[in-house]
Amino acid sequence: MQLSLEGVSKKVGPQTWLYDMSLAPRSANVTVLLGATQAGKTSLMRIMAGLDVPSSGRVLVDGQDVVGVPVRKRNVAMVYQQFINYPSMKVRDNIASPMKLRDDKNIAQRVQALAEKLHIDMFLDRYPTELSGGQQQRVALARALAKGAPLMLLDEPLVNLDYKLREELREELGALFASGDSTVIYATTEPAEALLLGGYTAVMDAGELLQYGPTAEVFHNPKSLRVARAFSDPPMNLMNATRQSTGVQLLGGPLMALTLPSTATPQLTLGMRASAVRTHAQSGDIAIGGRVELAEISGSDTFVHVATGMGNLVAQLTGVHYFDLGAQIQVYANPMQMYVFDAQGMLLLAPTRTKGH
Amino acid sequence: MARIDLDLAHAYKANPQHDSDYALLPLKMTFEDGGAYALLGPSGCGKTTMLNVMSGLLTPSQGHVLFDGRDMTHATPQERNIAQVFQFPVIYDTMTVAENLAFPLRNRQWPKDKMDQRVGQIAEMLEMSGQLNQRAAGLSADAKQKISLGRGLVRPDVSAVLFDEPLTVIDPHLKWQLRRKLKQIHHELKLTLIYVTHDQVEALTFADQVVVMTRGRAVQVGSPADLFERPSHTFVGNFIGSPGMNFLHAEVDASGLRVGSHVLDAAAALPLGAIKLGIRPEYVALTDAQTPGALPMLVSQVQDVGTHNIVTASHHGQTVKARLSTDSASVKTGSTVWLQVMGAHTCFYKNEEIVA
Repeated sequence: MQLSLEGVSKKVGPQTWLYDMSLAPRSANVTVLLGATQAGKTSLMRIMAGLDVPSSGRVLVDGQDVVGVPVRKRNVAMVYQQFINYPSMKVRDNIASPMKLRDDKNIAQRVQALAEKLHIDMFLDRYPTELSGGQQQRVALARALAKGAPLMLLDEPLVNLDYKLREELREELGALFASGDSTVIYATTEPAEALLLGGYTAVMDAGELLQYGPTAEVFHNPKSLRVARAFSDPPMNLMNATRQSTGVQLLGGPLMALTLPSTATPQLTLGMRASAVRTHAQSGDIAIGGRVELAEISGSDTFVHVATGMGNLVAQLTGVHYFDLGAQIQVYANPMQMYVFDAQGMLLLAPTRTKGH
Repeated sequence: MARIDLDLAHAYKANPQHDSDYALLPLKMTFEDGGAYALLGPSGCGKTTMLNVMSGLLTPSQGHVLFDGRDMTHATPQERNIAQVFQFPVIYDTMTVAENLAFPLRNRQWPKDKMDQRVGQIAEMLEMSGQLNQRAAGLSADAKQKISLGRGLVRPDVSAVLFDEPLTVIDPHLKWQLRRKLKQIHHELKLTLIYVTHDQVEALTFADQVVVMTRGRAVQVGSPADLFERPSHTFVGNFIGSPGMNFLHAEVDASGLRVGSHVLDAAAALPLGAIKLGIRPEYVALTDAQTPGALPMLVSQVQDVGTHNIVTASHHGQTVKARLSTDSASVKTGSTVWLQVMGAHTCFYKNEEIVA
């Protein structure tokens, strides 16, 4: 099915929850709605589901306007943050319920197959409350999949789970979405989750749709500072700079030979992802001196927060590294790995990617 | 300040028979005076039980708790001289920030000048000097939790300060600042700090020594680097890092170390029989065909996670994840690549415990 939103907005009283936006999520693919809380992700999903009517604009399903068609007459599956199951039904009957409503055949086998896929086949004869949170959410996911709906909406489905469980379930969901033919909309606040799910990403901020495209492409070519901010964890390092005839002058730092488009404004913002900042120099790097504020260790990475004359920077190093608080340090970055935004915050230059796509 | 020795076990039910009857399996552990420790594990692992045993809120069903060699097993939290900080702020709304911070000192009849000095010092560390005369009621949840932290830290003579998931209510953007504060404070005040969390970033950033727990058992006590480089149990290998450590079923016999029919190392000095090879995704490297210590693997997925690619590949049904540079364009879904799994960072496990 092809869902498309045309000029949709949502106003509640004097407040605008969604500003005029158009979006046609890629059919039979996953589209991640990425944004902080209050970005409008849930409001948009409720309109997609038919739970809410937009203040303006049209919602089309395969070309048919479905605004006003109630949710029960639409074929939509939803999964929420909270684990919602029928408490009085065994896991088996929870999963089977959408199939029974449709009078499907081979229900027992299909329930078994879905349960195996989600690793809950050993719990089919238990009640949901006898399961852990992660298992309960798997039941809710299995029931949503059992519906076989052409449109599946998931609103931060993993947010209430421990991070290791999250990692496992995210991986399984990615595989399930890829093998199915439903159009999946998946809301999250976490950039890393969007990247791991792949597919397409719609970046939202304060009720606005900022950018839509293949996930990796949006990440590597954020069209504005706002997108770069929303789609960066840790936050992108930002520094003030000015345009010069020979390149870009970092405020309080070196001049870098970067070629800007002719539309470039005199005032610029320079962006560096934490992963582009190193503690060992490579050829062509610029050096920035500073003081270690904290080394945060995540297990796979160490994030070194450095206070510099150009503002606070974060460097992402692979593995576990120790730094003394307050230690003097030099960090390095290659100008070719920098983003340049103009005075309006629009992207002028993104790092050239050696290969890929 | 005190050194704390635990030699105990705890079961909530009488006459425990099986491992699963224990909330805390028999353990022997020492928390050195002035150390920064974290108890890390998923929910239900026993970390809060261990904290309550140390604070005196819970008497272990067997064994002893020693403070500087003195048996404190049945002593109350007051007798143990323990300060605690909980998930949610516990402060007096009607008092000012300064009065809240001074409260534990006032209760112990500190002279006013000494008290003011200490409160000033703590407030400065927490960057609350400007708010000392403000009433606590009007403050944000973050600021209130900062006061709770300050109250936990204000007494210099406590045996230990125990923190139970203290950053739960803190906005994600402020969390790193508070982590930094706690670390700084530990360096300056040299108190024994014990911190319970399920968040590995919090645990690894804060603590010099991390106790990793699962199912009532402390499976490893080590520095963050130890946990990353030499996980002593497969649980730790998987739990620390994202994605966690890869494990390959291998066999050691006269032909050397084998994964399936592929000999990885003909002269491996390893115990005979079934063994698990552990290697972190960060240390799996792309290499040339037939390189010793490498396996041919079929790529099933390449995820561009922005800063690098996560490549999933398998060798006769055994899957490995590798963290490779985004330049490695030759690695495509469906292609066969050689991945180096033997090296300085490779660990070996028998019955889930490290053997080499």
